[in-house]
Amino acid sequence: MSQTKLHSEPLLRVVKRAERPAGQAAALRAVAVVLSIVAGGVFLLALGQNPLAVYGTMLSGAFRSAMAIQGTVRYAIPLCISALAVTLAFKMKFWNIGGEGQLIMGAVFASYFALYHANLPHVVLLVIMALAGALGGGLWALIPAVCKVRWGTNETLFTLMLNYIALYIVQYLRDGPWRDPESAGFSKVARFDKNVALDKLFGVHIGWVIALVLTVVIWVYLRRTKQGYEIAVVGESQDTARYAGIPVRRVVLRTMFLSGAVAGLCGMVQVAGQDMTLSIGVAGGVGFTAIIVAWLCQLHPGMIALVSLCFGVMEKGSGVVQSDLGLSADCADVLQGVILFFILASEFFVRYAFVARKKGGAR
Amino acid sequence: MKKFLSILLAVCLLALCLAGCGASSSGSQAAGGSSAAAGGDATGAGIPADQIKVGVIHIGDPADGSGYSYAHDQGIVGMQQALGLSDDQIIRKNNVADDDAAAIQTALEELVEAGCNIIFATSWGYMDYCEAMAEEYPDIIFSHGTGSKSNGTNFNNYFGRIYQARYLSGVAAGLNTKSNKIGYVAAWGTENGEVTSGCDAFAMGVYSVNPDAEVYVKTTNSWYDPEGEKAAAQALIDLGCDVIGQHCDTPNPQLAAEEAGVYGVGYNSDMAKDAPGAVLTSVVWNWSAYYTTAVQNVIDGTWVAGEKVDNYYGGLAEGFVDITDLSDLCAEGTAEAVEEARAKILSGEWDVFDGEIEGNDGQMHTSEYYLDVNWYFKNVVVK
Repeated sequence: MSQTKLHSEPLLRVVKRAERPAGQAAALRAVAVVLSIVAGGVFLLALGQNPLAVYGTMLSGAFRSAMAIQGTVRYAIPLCISALAVTLAFKMKFWNIGGEGQLIMGAVFASYFALYHANLPHVVLLVIMALAGALGGGLWALIPAVCKVRWGTNETLFTLMLNYIALYIVQYLRDGPWRDPESAGFSKVARFDKNVALDKLFGVHIGWVIALVLTVVIWVYLRRTKQGYEIAVVGESQDTARYAGIPVRRVVLRTMFLSGAVAGLCGMVQVAGQDMTLSIGVAGGVGFTAIIVAWLCQLHPGMIALVSLCFGVMEKGSGVVQSDLGLSADCADVLQGVILFFILASEFFVRYAFVARKKGGAR
Repeated sequence: MKKFLSILLAVCLLALCLAGCGASSSGSQAAGGSSAAAGGDATGAGIPADQIKVGVIHIGDPADGSGYSYAHDQGIVGMQQALGLSDDQIIRKNNVADDDAAAIQTALEELVEAGCNIIFATSWGYMDYCEAMAEEYPDIIFSHGTGSKSNGTNFNNYFGRIYQARYLSGVAAGLNTKSNKIGYVAAWGTENGEVTSGCDAFAMGVYSVNPDAEVYVKTTNSWYDPEGEKAAAQALIDLGCDVIGQHCDTPNPQLAAEEAGVYGVGYNSDMAKDAPGAVLTSVVWNWSAYYTTAVQNVIDGTWVAGEKVDNYYGGLAEGFVDITDLSDLCAEGTAEAVEEARAKILSGEWDVFDGEIEGNDGQMHTSEYYLDVNWYFKNVVVK
């Protein structure tokens, strides 16, 4: 009785689904967060740790005192600013994987003034450094944008590779022209003059205010300005944009410059607020984590600020978990990975659905 | 025109918030200071042994079982046992990369938060951060290893006269070479006083027993370069060296020596474990000598945060540096010669860099401070 079918339909098919209602999507993500915490707990149990104690320590480590909260916020600042930076490019569907390098070049440009013009009046110096940082990051981002517009190069690879070049530039400066003459035999850039230090508000350098201001500015820019609208149209369809008379090339160049400039400003905030020197750890992978944060938040600036803070809690908390419970730092990384995996996986279920094969085979 | 306005607006906003914060910075100091009070009441006399809290920052993970962080942590464990501290009186921060400013600052702050009275920062790269934190938290002692800065009140530097042990190892090397060519794999060249003074002391030890021998030096320009160190050792062996000394992190030079059937002098840990067929002796640190002394000083009230902390440059006399027991590979008479040199140093009447010393540039050199040595001894040949 059985019929042989040439093309059998799989039991389950994956289909892209129409937008889920907002409530449903939010519920899915909440479930993912809960599941990730459970899975992380299983991992901790396997290590012989009490998951509740670990999670508890993580939270208390991030919030147990004013100083702890300040530390948490300090971790969140660069993440938030760089995620906002790449969001500008991502809105245009320009895959800027180079936030890391743009941040570094911003830090380099800003560091020049910190090292060689430290005697300028404090506020003037910081404004110059901020502008220099933005310029450095912006120019670094403009390179792949120009090549893309002119010759159609692949921006993903281009921006990615520029990250490493930026890192090597820092290494060159550290070992060569900017090497601290007082550091016998060791390569490092000198610690900046105190005049360079970004001022503090509530015990944390002012970078957090800059991050919040940028969050609002970028939200307004993307949602409420003509330029923001142009970015969205170019992102959806370049042909439509052209048809509508939008100068696509100019929008691409301008937006990439702004994206790099914001990342570069983040570099300035890091060297003047956090590091007080220029080191090869200045970005430390923030530019890459920022990409995850931006997508996790569906490129929504407000969410980015919030989720960056959550990442700050994880980062700060896991440091305390390491010293209090003796859990190695690598385990903390695995835990973060598990949580990220679940949350990113939930995005799949938000956008796609499984369709079971109907009884009786394919229609 | 509009876009210029929007950019201008953003810049103005930025300038405003930068300007605004200038005025508010004085207020934030108070916030930072109040949380420091929880860090310990180290004013006045000493701190009882059962109340003291000790923080440590490691660049690696002591669980690795060998290497730099392991050696330091063994020192911490030794201190803990000697003073009878409980496990929860010692708080460790592991894997704190010394070029990651955020991680270093957070680690230091978490140790302050945890109530540490003295914090040992074991890697050179932590120096500037310790200096800044010491200013912010005068009630806590920041003790930084292998650096060059200190403030006399709550930020000190500890390091050792490792050159004294190197001198002894040079004596052993000088008596065991047949080719009269001794190789030395150095992490850095003359720009680094730590490495150069060690190399000179080794060469002077060689010269004291074997004036005809030469010390061939090859630099790797890195503290840790497994391949480069091995290649440098091999090159020296190819030049005819039959004893290989080293100032770098891996045992690879010793492994190369063993493979080639020549002798070697290890460093940092007892490298006879790694290359039993080659190692005559190893130059080693005994960090617990310092950690025990330092914590004891805080308990006794000899060191009081905000008032007085001394730098520490222990040597042979303090048991802070030494060489391991000579192996059976050593020629007869080696042990006696080493003991003689040791007695000379321990007597306190003579030290390696005393007086005028002839360099390989033909000039006479005097050294006030061994870490400033930037010339090679007369029997050193750079290869």
